[in-house]
Amino acid sequence: MDMSAYPLELPEGDRPMVRFMNVTKSYGTLTVLDDLDLDVAEGEMVTVIGPSGSGKTTVLRMLMTLETINGGVIYVDGKPLTHMERDGRLVPANERYLREMRASIGMCFQHFNLFPHMTALQNCMEGPVQVLRLPKAEARDRAEELLSMVGMIEKKDQHPSRLSGGQQQRVAIARALAMRPKVMLFDEVTSALDPEVIGEVTTVIRKLVAEHNLTMLMVTHQMGFARDISDRVCFFYSGKIEEQGPPDQLFGNPQRERTRQFLSAVKDAG
Amino acid sequence: MRFDWNWEFTAEILPRLLAATLNTLIAAGVGYAIAVVLGLVLALAQRTPWTPLTKVVRELVEFIRSTPLVLQIFFVFYVGPQFGIRLSPWTAGMIAIGLHYSAYLSEVYRAGIEAVPRGQWESCRALNLSTRDTYLRIIIPQALPPSVAGMGNYLIGIFKDTPMLSVIGVAELMHTANAIGSEHYRFLEPYTLVGVIFLAISLPAAGFVRVFEGWVRRKLGL
Ligand SMILES: Nc1ncnc2c1ncn2[C@@H]1O[C@H](COP(=O)(O)OP(=O)(O)OP(=O)(O)O)[C@@H](O)[C@H]1O
Ligand SMILES: [Mg+2]
Repeated sequence: MDMSAYPLELPEGDRPMVRFMNVTKSYGTLTVLDDLDLDVAEGEMVTVIGPSGSGKTTVLRMLMTLETINGGVIYVDGKPLTHMERDGRLVPANERYLREMRASIGMCFQHFNLFPHMTALQNCMEGPVQVLRLPKAEARDRAEELLSMVGMIEKKDQHPSRLSGGQQQRVAIARALAMRPKVMLFDEVTSALDPEVIGEVTTVIRKLVAEHNLTMLMVTHQMGFARDISDRVCFFYSGKIEEQGPPDQLFGNPQRERTRQFLSAVKDAG
Repeated sequence: MRFDWNWEFTAEILPRLLAATLNTLIAAGVGYAIAVVLGLVLALAQRTPWTPLTKVVRELVEFIRSTPLVLQIFFVFYVGPQFGIRLSPWTAGMIAIGLHYSAYLSEVYRAGIEAVPRGQWESCRALNLSTRDTYLRIIIPQALPPSVAGMGNYLIGIFKDTPMLSVIGVAELMHTANAIGSEHYRFLEPYTLVGVIFLAISLPAAGFVRVFEGWVRRKLGL
């Protein structure tokens, strides 16, 4: 593959927080993402919507380095994420480089994935203590502050099995934030929740958007929520961005037929 | 045939058998300790990204599991010296039995590790935990409770297999019972006692394993 088209570092003045450049991802013969270009500016909240199987989760997982890519380069904060420089050329990143770069990214999952043998507080201290090497007291202060922010401080000594889905997801958000990532990824964080507790989680995300300058990339099926809080919405269809734009435009006046079909289908579904 | 149980003889040989029981327990304990640690090494080795290693270890485990323990004991004890490895019956026996059971325990661990949901690994990745912390702090603690039952069964299994060490002359319970039998031409009492002693240890141990499993679960908050 010719890597010379990809800069070793993005130039000053053209440094979005995240850049997907010609990114391709396939599983065997199935191409899941095809030549994807996507920028997310610093502090921007970008929502990804689209039908099942269109590659939304895959976009986030590549950025979290849970998946390797088959073509192109992903940049984070101007530096290559999927590749590293060697002798003036980009080569696939090794684990050590990935570990360094992963520090800027945090992710919340549909099924929370809290550590079941640890309390809420311990879940939130694990990364800061083991990875960031923070002193215990400092990690505890940070964790408690974040648990308060997500409204879970009263339950800090509970294990996940004693918490509802909404509560677990709020702890998971606090746990990810405790690592002070620059980019936060949310993959359908309300999809596994009962309708009455979805609000608990969306409230927390709204708060993050309002009060923090985090860069966020969120996959959701909640169109109302996406319209409310996004700076930009990307509609994925079959591994490509079919249409993107400000929420009012994409939801209010979609330009593409497939977008219109998708939006009316989800509206009909409720 | 007549049944003449001699209580006097029983009382006379009991201390000797109880002393040998201690040897049996030591053999089982040391062998098990080897198996617990080596089993984990074998299980983790099969998870390294280095395929030649995983293949070799996989084959080794299969090989050990499909050949008899008694052969492995003979092998370590009698074939070892040909390669310049000269071991006492005790050492050879402990190594053989530890190695044998490590293959079984590695399978227990492997199943336990595989039962940990994929999402746990991904969380570790997302939090940027090192591979070491991922295993030691997140995966193994969760793989443990489902493994305890299997580990307990093999603890009792190793204990019941210690008589095989008598074939190379380790002075455990069976070996001692044989010796007593041939000294006095009476086998009924020593063998019966051996059975009773094994039973008296195995049964409570099985109960203890069950209690311990519950305790581990609670301790980990699972
Ligand atoms: N590990 C994998 N192996 C093979 N195919 C995969 C794998 N992971 C995802 N895919 C395929 O990639 C495509 C995109 O999957 P992805 O999970 O990104 O979709 P999605 O847009 O998030 O869908 P959903 O709304 O259902 O979550 C799907 O066709 C899926 O079957
Ligand atoms: Mg998905």
